[in-house]
Amino acid sequence: MRFKKMALGIAAAAMLGGGLLSGATPSNAEDQIYIPLLTYRTGPFAGSGTPIANGLHDYLTMLNERDGGIGGVKLAIEECETGYNAQKGVECYEGTKGKGAVVYNPYSTGITLQLIPKAPVDKIPILSMGYGLSATAVGSKFPWTFNAPATYWSQMSAIIKYIDSQDGGIKGKKIGFIYLDVGYGREPIPLLEELSKEMGFEVLLVPVGGKEMQNQSSHWLQVRKEKPDYMIMWGWGAMNPTAVKEAAKIRYPMDKFIGVWWSGGNVDLRPAGEDGKGYKSTNFHSTGTNYGAIQDIIKHVVDKGLSQVDKASVGDNYYNRGVMNAVLIAEAIRTAQEKTGVKAITGVEMRVGLENLNLTSERLAEIGLEGFTNPIKVTCDDHAGAHPIYIQQWDGKGWNKVSDWFTPMTERVRPKLVAAAEEWVKDKPDWETQTCE
Amino acid sequence: MGGLLYNVFIDPFMQMGSAPDLLLQVLWEGFVSGTLYALIALGFVLIFKASGVFNFAQGIMVVFGALSLVGLIALGVPAILAIVMCIGIMAALAYSVEKLVLRPLVNQEPIILFMATIGLNFFLIGLGELVFGGEPKVMPTEQLGLPTGSWDFDVLGGLVIIQQLDVAAAAVACTLVAGLAIFFNKTRIGRALRAVADDHQAALSVGISLNQIWRIVWFSAGIVALATGIMWGARSDVSFALSIVALKALPVLILGGFTSIPGAIVGGLIIGFGEKIAEFYWGPLVGGSIESWFPYFLALIFLLFRPQGLFGEKIIDRV
Repeated sequence: MRFKKMALGIAAAAMLGGGLLSGATPSNAEDQIYIPLLTYRTGPFAGSGTPIANGLHDYLTMLNERDGGIGGVKLAIEECETGYNAQKGVECYEGTKGKGAVVYNPYSTGITLQLIPKAPVDKIPILSMGYGLSATAVGSKFPWTFNAPATYWSQMSAIIKYIDSQDGGIKGKKIGFIYLDVGYGREPIPLLEELSKEMGFEVLLVPVGGKEMQNQSSHWLQVRKEKPDYMIMWGWGAMNPTAVKEAAKIRYPMDKFIGVWWSGGNVDLRPAGEDGKGYKSTNFHSTGTNYGAIQDIIKHVVDKGLSQVDKASVGDNYYNRGVMNAVLIAEAIRTAQEKTGVKAITGVEMRVGLENLNLTSERLAEIGLEGFTNPIKVTCDDHAGAHPIYIQQWDGKGWNKVSDWFTPMTERVRPKLVAAAEEWVKDKPDWETQTCE
Repeated sequence: MGGLLYNVFIDPFMQMGSAPDLLLQVLWEGFVSGTLYALIALGFVLIFKASGVFNFAQGIMVVFGALSLVGLIALGVPAILAIVMCIGIMAALAYSVEKLVLRPLVNQEPIILFMATIGLNFFLIGLGELVFGGEPKVMPTEQLGLPTGSWDFDVLGGLVIIQQLDVAAAAVACTLVAGLAIFFNKTRIGRALRAVADDHQAALSVGISLNQIWRIVWFSAGIVALATGIMWGARSDVSFALSIVALKALPVLILGGFTSIPGAIVGGLIIGFGEKIAEFYWGPLVGGSIESWFPYFLALIFLLFRPQGLFGEKIIDRV
C-alpha cells in the first residue's frame, strides 16, 4: 500500500513536472527562439551522428553564452534522438513542432522525405544541409525546403568532374558506386546513370544493405572482380570504416576511392588508420580549430562543461560539419530578424531568412570563420546553389585539402533538378509553390 | 528467356571455372564468416537448450563485451588483464541475469522469458551507451596481439589474399566452438544441460540445479559474445552496429535447429559459404545486396524438407 502511494506520488509529480516543463516553452515563446535538433547519438549510426550533434549544439550554445543568443533573443535548443530512424524522426517532429520550432534539420534523407510534405502545412522550413531530396533545390517548387550548399546531384557531378580531370578523362572508364541501400544512398543514382550516358563511362552499382554494413567482404570481392577505375562511396555510420578496411584488404588503390562528404569523418578513417592512407572524400568546409568561432566554442562551451564533446575531437570533420550547419541556422535567423523586423521569429520568418541567406566572405570573417567555407548564397529559386567543394585526403592520421575549391557541373545538373521537381509536384494539385522573379 | 536461364544456371559456374582464384577467395571469406556465425549461433543454442528461450540480447552482449574490453584498455589496463576482467564482467552479467531476470520467471511461458530478454537487450543498450558513449571505438589489435598483415598465395593462376586477422578469427571461433561442443557433450555439466533442456521439472527432481545451469550457459554465451565482439570488432570497428551482425545467427538457427550444437556449427558454415557465393555470383543479376535476405531464403528451403532444422529434434506430440 505504501509502495502504491509512493508510485502514485511519483507519477503525479512526473506528470506535474512534465506539464510545467512543456508549458515553459509556449509561455516564454516571445523571448526565445526554439530550435529542435533531430540528432542521433545512439544506434548503428551514432559514430557519424554524435560529432555532428556536438557541433550543432555547441555553436548554438556558444551564441547563447557569448552573445546572449541572436539579436538579443536566447536560443532554446532541444535535442531529440532519432537513431537515424524515419519513424522516430517523425515522432520527434510531431512532438516538438508545437513548441514553436523555427526550423528542422532532419540529418537523414529518409526523415527529410517524410517531413517535406509537412513543412508547408506546419509552416516550418526544413534545412537539409547538403543532403535530402536533390529536387528541393528548386525553390519555386519547394518553398519550404532548403538544401544548401549543394545537392547530392551537384556533389555527384562534382566528383565525376574531378575524376574527369584526372588520368586523361572519364570517357571509357568504369566507375564503381558503393552505397548504403537506403533513400540516402540511392538518391544520386539517377544522375550518375544519366551522366554515364552523356559522358561515356560505365557504372557498376554495389549496394550495401543496412544489415551488411559491417559485413562487406563479398561486395568488395565484386569490386576486385570488376576492377573499376574509380570507386565512389555514399556510406554512413558503420558502413564507412568497414568499406575503407575492405578496400584496403583487396588492395584497391586508395587514391581512386572517393567518398561523399558523409563518408569523410575522422571517425570513419581512424579504424583503418594507415591502411586508409590515400582515401579521398569531398568537403565543403574546413577542419581544425584555427578559427575564432571554434576557439569561442572551446572557451564558452567546452571548457565550461556545457558540451558532451571530448575536447580533442573539437575541429574533427563531422564536428565542424555540425558547426557549419549551426552557422547556417544562426545566419538565417539573423537574416530573418533583419528582413522582417521580428526578433523572436517563427518558422514563417525563418523561411524568409533562409531564402535570403547570403553568407559572404566578409560575414564569415566577422563571425570568426574566415576561410572556413566558401561563400553561400540562397535565392528564392535556388535553395541549394551549386556551391564549390574541395577534395580532402586521409594521410593515415588526419585530413589534408588536396584540391582547390571547384564548382559542380551546374549546367548539366540544374535542368535535371528542375525536371525532377516538376515531376515530383505533377500529381499533387494542392502542392504549395511560389513564383520567383 | 534463354539469356536469363544462361545467366542463372550457366554463367556463374563459368565464372567459377574461369577465375578459380576468386572462387577460392569467396570460399575463404565464407568460411571466416561461417565460423563466426557458428560461434554466435552457439551462444543462442546454449541458452535455448537450457531455458527454451531465444535470447534476444545476444547481439547487444557482443557489443557490451567488445566495448568493455576497449574501454578497459583505454583506461590503461594491460590487454591480458582486460580480457580477464571482461570474462569477469560476463560472469557477473550471467549471475545477474539468472538472479534478477530468470529466477523470478521460473515456470512462466517461454514467450514471457523471450520478452524478458528483449527488455534485457534495451537495458544493456542503455547501460552501454551510458558507460561507453555511442561513438564507435577502434579495437586495439596490436595490444591484443592480433595479427594485422596478410599472406598472398599465387594459386590457380591468380591471387588469393588471406588476412592474418581472418585466420586468427577463424582459429578462435573454431577453438571455442570445439571446446564448448566438447564441454557440453562430454562432461557432467553437459549432461545436466541436456537434462534441463529435455524437462526442467524432471531435471530438478534428480537434483540438478536449474539456477546453476542457467548461470553456466549465460556465462558461456557471454564468452562467445566477447570473442565475437573482439574478432568482428577488429575486422571493422566496435560500435552498436555489431549487434546487427549477431542477428545473422537467426537463419543459422532456423537451418541448424535451435537445440543442436552440431547444427549451429554446420548451419553457420552453410550460411557463411551460401551467402558469400550467392552475393558474389548471383547478386549482380538482381541488383546486388542479396546477402541480407539470402540466408533466410536458404534456411527456408531447408525447412521445407526438415521443419525441425538440420539437426533439430523431431517434435512428436500425442494427439
